[in-house]
Amino acid sequence: MDYPPNVKLIRVPCSGRVDSVHLIKAFEEGMDGVYVAGCLEGECHFLTGNLRAKKRVEYVKGVLTTLGINPERLRMYNLSAAMGSRFVEIAREMTEMIRSLGPSPVKTGAGREFPQEQEEGEEQ
Amino acid sequence: MIVAQAKPIEEILEMIDKYDKILLVGCKGCVAVCAAGGEKEVQFLASAIRTARKTQGREIEIREVTLERQCDPEYVEQIRGFAGDYQAILSIACGVGVQFMAEHYREIPALPGLNTSFMGGALEQGVWSERCQGCGNCVLHLTGGICPITRCSKSLLNGPCGGSSNGKCEVDPEVDCGWQLIIERLKALGEFESRFMEIVPIKDWSTSRDGGPRKIVREDMRQ
Repeated sequence: MDYPPNVKLIRVPCSGRVDSVHLIKAFEEGMDGVYVAGCLEGECHFLTGNLRAKKRVEYVKGVLTTLGINPERLRMYNLSAAMGSRFVEIAREMTEMIRSLGPSPVKTGAGREFPQEQEEGEEQ
Repeated sequence: MIVAQAKPIEEILEMIDKYDKILLVGCKGCVAVCAAGGEKEVQFLASAIRTARKTQGREIEIREVTLERQCDPEYVEQIRGFAGDYQAILSIACGVGVQFMAEHYREIPALPGLNTSFMGGALEQGVWSERCQGCGNCVLHLTGGICPITRCSKSLLNGPCGGSSNGKCEVDPEVDCGWQLIIERLKALGEFESRFMEIVPIKDWSTSRDGGPRKIVREDMRQ
């Protein structure tokens, strides 16, 4: 059950600890994609941590769109600690998706990934 | 508190487009409480601006500072030592903070990162509502603690008007009729008869914005 080595894991006590600042900073630092892996909905040990994370992910997706970065580069997944094979599947899926999008424009300085007019339709 | 909300990032990016070294100043007062201009919002906005600039292949240097308050000279002066090193000050305080920055640092442009919205309070996490318009002559003792100036769309002192329907205002079906709220509250307090039948005379608006920019001088506190 190997997952792609390009995935860097950052452990947090609960996905509810993930703040929008952490997400935007990851993109600022040049990450090509970021995903938050929270517990299954309804199974948060702290009741609503994963739901809070979901809202923050949605918010930052909107900001990324505004900045001209494809919001698909940021995702939220829900899985339990016992779902190892699903974890691998997600890591592979995310890696493949990011590969198809290419490097982040933050690294290349190539400008917006899509024209400004498309923003409305693409907003999450 | 003074409730504000972030300006669209596109507007901010356009505002700072010609600069490559800016000072981003937050405020730990009202705008921090309404999650618009505190320390965390400074971090987020700075990161978003740097990210946007990197996608354009042009870096920007941002110094992040959050002051105790931007509406008091003693705190505004805390950036005196290094403000001059920057091309512009982007303030995410309310309009007062931005103006105090402009007044104290006359050589550097002060830019607003927020839209100052109203004086209000939090109804729940993430929801704020207007409660006071600062008319300068409070009448809450006459109206059951509900402000007719703010809660009535027409600021009527002898309401309700004909636009009140099923407790809602004609301006917006989501907006409660301020006078319906006042009447219900007066009834609950047993003050309906005594208060409601009394005609409130024409209000002196000179204490409000009609009297021009306002100022309070407390001689007992002045130095």
